[in-house]
Amino acid sequence: MKKEEVPQDKGNLSNKNMKELVYATDENGNYTTALSTGWEPKTIALSNSIDEISERIAIAIAQVKNNEVSPIVYYMEYSRMDIGVLSSYVGMWQWRVKRHFKPKVFRKLNDNVLQKYADAFNISIDKLKNFKTD
Amino acid sequence: METNFKHHQSAHCENGVASNLLKHNGLNISEPMVFGIGSGLFFVYLPFLKVNYAPAISYRPMPGLIFNRLAKRLGLKIKRQKFSSEANAVKALDANLKNNIPSGLQVGVYNLTYFPDEYRFHFNAHNLVVYGKTDTDYLISDPVMENVTTLTHEELNKVRFAKGAFAPKGQIYYPIQIPEKVDLKSAIIKGINNTCRDMLAPMPIIGVRGIRLVAGRIRKWPLKHGVKKANHYLAQMVRMQEEIGTGGGGFRFIYAAFLQEAAGILENDTLKELSQEMTIIGDLWRDFAVEASRIYKKRSSKEDAYNTIADQLLDIANKEEVFFKKLKLAIK
Repeated sequence: MKKEEVPQDKGNLSNKNMKELVYATDENGNYTTALSTGWEPKTIALSNSIDEISERIAIAIAQVKNNEVSPIVYYMEYSRMDIGVLSSYVGMWQWRVKRHFKPKVFRKLNDNVLQKYADAFNISIDKLKNFKTD
Repeated sequence: METNFKHHQSAHCENGVASNLLKHNGLNISEPMVFGIGSGLFFVYLPFLKVNYAPAISYRPMPGLIFNRLAKRLGLKIKRQKFSSEANAVKALDANLKNNIPSGLQVGVYNLTYFPDEYRFHFNAHNLVVYGKTDTDYLISDPVMENVTTLTHEELNKVRFAKGAFAPKGQIYYPIQIPEKVDLKSAIIKGINNTCRDMLAPMPIIGVRGIRLVAGRIRKWPLKHGVKKANHYLAQMVRMQEEIGTGGGGFRFIYAAFLQEAAGILENDTLKELSQEMTIIGDLWRDFAVEASRIYKKRSSKEDAYNTIADQLLDIANKEEVFFKKLKLAIK
């Protein structure tokens, strides 16, 4: 990559006035560093991932409303976690966490366990118990 | 309290922290040098391990390995500590700052408040330096940022004890002993040899063979998983290759910069030529990213888009195989 070809596209970084450092060659073919505001193929890749997450969140909301899964699933998706990450935050086995996905099991959980989830999601127990979508 | 630490922006966090910490301790070593001697160039495909619901593809070795190899090859001593208690982790860091020792930290990205929202994933192998503390904040030098920044005490605690894969466990590290004279030449040769061995490894998921395997898989993705999933996989791959940290082209440009610097130190003109060749290969990786992005943007006009980029990747693999064989000979 030549220095003058370093992409300066608008993207997730430029929105926050950030620039990243890249390595590129100068007019003599020697390596130097340059700052880049972003690159379109990357921006699309990232927004693809963000869309994927939004979609998962939307599905989770619908499932919670239909009483198919517990609000834990929604907050897990919202916090961009998967079951492995969540289980290590709450310090419980994955099968146990998975069990808590069931609305029936979830309703019987005591505050001690709920607090662990609330801490992991950085919310109050109340919010976890009284799920509202808005 | 504040140590007289100087912040330099770098492409990749781990090299950047290593380079900045060593510079602070009087050993002037560039980011590409750290990367090259630590054999940072790598490729591994782990289909059974899912990251963000896509097969894991990594362009770098395990976190921490680059700095450890560098230390071994240059004869430095680095102290690393992990903690089971948050209070002890805070104590150790504060004691270091009191003793004027800027410290490298492994942290999770998700709660780094100064990152743009889109970049906040549960990724735990990020590195930064803490160089001071005020009543409310820690002073942070994050090597991928242009300028220094801060995190509150609670925020830093949170990122130090992020959970999940590669949980940092409050890990703190800093050089404790640096020899007066380092033997750069032999370190460079060891670093290059290691990289050639990795990239030419007779293992189907590693190095050049790994790249070939991925090329083959890409052809099958749309049929096996459907277009939506295939596109998601591709997007993830491009993110691993190009996102903050790689300096572009899946680290190929940093490596080319290293080879150029090494050519000067070893007085080896072949390395200079190979540096240029690596730049060309890096550009091919960029082209691959552009074509892949056309697919997941659904703007590719080509009929056989997946096969086309698979061919592109195969071409890269072939070129890299030739390249690393030449590189191996060049330092014999």
